[in-house]
Amino acid sequence: MNLSVNVCGIEFPNPTVLASGYLGVTGASLANCVKHGCGAVTGKTLFLEERPGHPNPTVLTYPGGIINAVGLCGEGVKEGRHEFEVFKSACPSNPLIGSVAGKNIKELVECARIMDSHPVDMLELNFSCPNVDDEMGRPIACDPLMTAQATEAVKKAVKKPVAVKLSPNTADIGLIAKHAEAAGADAITAINTVGPGMLIDIYTRKPILANKVGGVGGQGIKPIAIRCVYDIYKNVKIPIIGTGGISNGKDAIEMMMAGASLLGIGSALAYHDMKAFNMIIDKIRSFMEEEGFTDVAELVGLAHE
Amino acid sequence: MLSLKVSDIINENPLFKTYVFKHGLNARPGQFVMVWMPGVDEVPMSVGWVEADEFRIGIFKAGDCTTAIHEQVKIGDRLGIRGPFGKGFDLKDYKKITLAGGGCGTPPLLALAQKAAEKGMDVTAIIGARSKNLLIYEKEFKKLGCKVLVSTDDGSKGHKGFITDILKKELEKGKTDAVYTCGPEKMMVKVIEIAQDHKIPSQASLERFMKCGFGICGQCCIDGTGLRVCKDGPVFDGEVAMKHKEFGKYARSASGKRCDL
Repeated sequence: MNLSVNVCGIEFPNPTVLASGYLGVTGASLANCVKHGCGAVTGKTLFLEERPGHPNPTVLTYPGGIINAVGLCGEGVKEGRHEFEVFKSACPSNPLIGSVAGKNIKELVECARIMDSHPVDMLELNFSCPNVDDEMGRPIACDPLMTAQATEAVKKAVKKPVAVKLSPNTADIGLIAKHAEAAGADAITAINTVGPGMLIDIYTRKPILANKVGGVGGQGIKPIAIRCVYDIYKNVKIPIIGTGGISNGKDAIEMMMAGASLLGIGSALAYHDMKAFNMIIDKIRSFMEEEGFTDVAELVGLAHE
Repeated sequence: MLSLKVSDIINENPLFKTYVFKHGLNARPGQFVMVWMPGVDEVPMSVGWVEADEFRIGIFKAGDCTTAIHEQVKIGDRLGIRGPFGKGFDLKDYKKITLAGGGCGTPPLLALAQKAAEKGMDVTAIIGARSKNLLIYEKEFKKLGCKVLVSTDDGSKGHKGFITDILKKELEKGKTDAVYTCGPEKMMVKVIEIAQDHKIPSQASLERFMKCGFGICGQCCIDGTGLRVCKDGPVFDGEVAMKHKEFGKYARSASGKRCDL
């Protein structure tokens, strides 16, 4: 039985990829995820400059989901190199995806160019975060033309494969994916968090997140993520990293059947802690055995047939 | 997120207050809560005392958030509480334990002493502070029946020097099954080393910048093992704590960049 996946010429030992924003602050933490079964990892989104992110509270759970406004904290793309080196020396055969963002396209390109020189296997462009609107305006990924423009500009500046992370907070995510593909994207990551959303504490009468609003993730957004990946798969030929509310192995298989070649894992950690990775992989393996599949790639897009 | 009324505030000293909440939290000693001061910030705080329908947290006035809590929160006001989170201390089946608390690291050890006393254990509490007026919970440890040994940096009370001086002497006497510590990290490194010299197991409660508190954001991950202080800790076995190459050396800021302790 083959659980390994080749995406953009990179060998992934299994389809699970730690999603950006989860456990990705340090190289040691990323390596700890691999130790727990994760196939590949995505670092925290980095900008050109150091960012402290929003004040706490930044991450909250509620029945059905998780809301966060961490606010894209990070030490800056240049300084981040060290953490990638730590990861790669511990896990040389596990792909590492470097996530980058910028306050405008010029900064994004510069940031991507620096990330391209780090020991990462692939780049991910995060222009779909919904909790920094005050600072940066509506995410680029909500607009097809800006998505194309930003993707094209980055592709001209870097050598490594580029995944474009898309937002569900748009009328037609398939169309946006199409524009990203036409602009040279090598893969699509979908979806970023939904919303933004808000939670209010009724006794203090205040929004709880310091940023007031935050991106909504977790179990509750899974059907939205599945539908988005389904729409994207219909519209593009490039591989998809399906992300959003995958909480167990069954969700993961659904996501592959919708069209994902790889699985972004994040909120499952909130529900099953570090055993989430192996739990998901074990379920995929036993499902394949029961249903007579021999290669995990056979699951991709099955819901379209 | 719970929004709980502060039912009492005990002024322990000019920099330290104990906040009492009438709420059954069901926290184990060494676990922590995220305390939200609306409009300011949310910070991790060890639970310092637990009863069926009450818990207490001791807050040292240090940064913006704790200063705001000290200056603005009155009895009857509400604070947001998330938790309890993390892995607490493990008392195992020990008979005699020694606690080594430095300054504002003392509260989780009081909660531990409370539990150990319930189990009928023999507890020695070595507590230290910069000066006599900053020493906390001496009375409370005594009330639990602990043997209390005190050190102050300036010698204004008890031994002049550090709790590690007292710990060394105590361990030389033998008869301690385990050492538990919380306080400044460089102090904890010494405490663990002293315990290791005497071949006695130890547990240490660590602190790092935290965001989610339940093990998903990665902010408090610690170099060497990549373990999460909020979820895999905050209490680590001494041997594990010493494997963390940043332990006693550096921490990380809100951005994730390395910074001094």
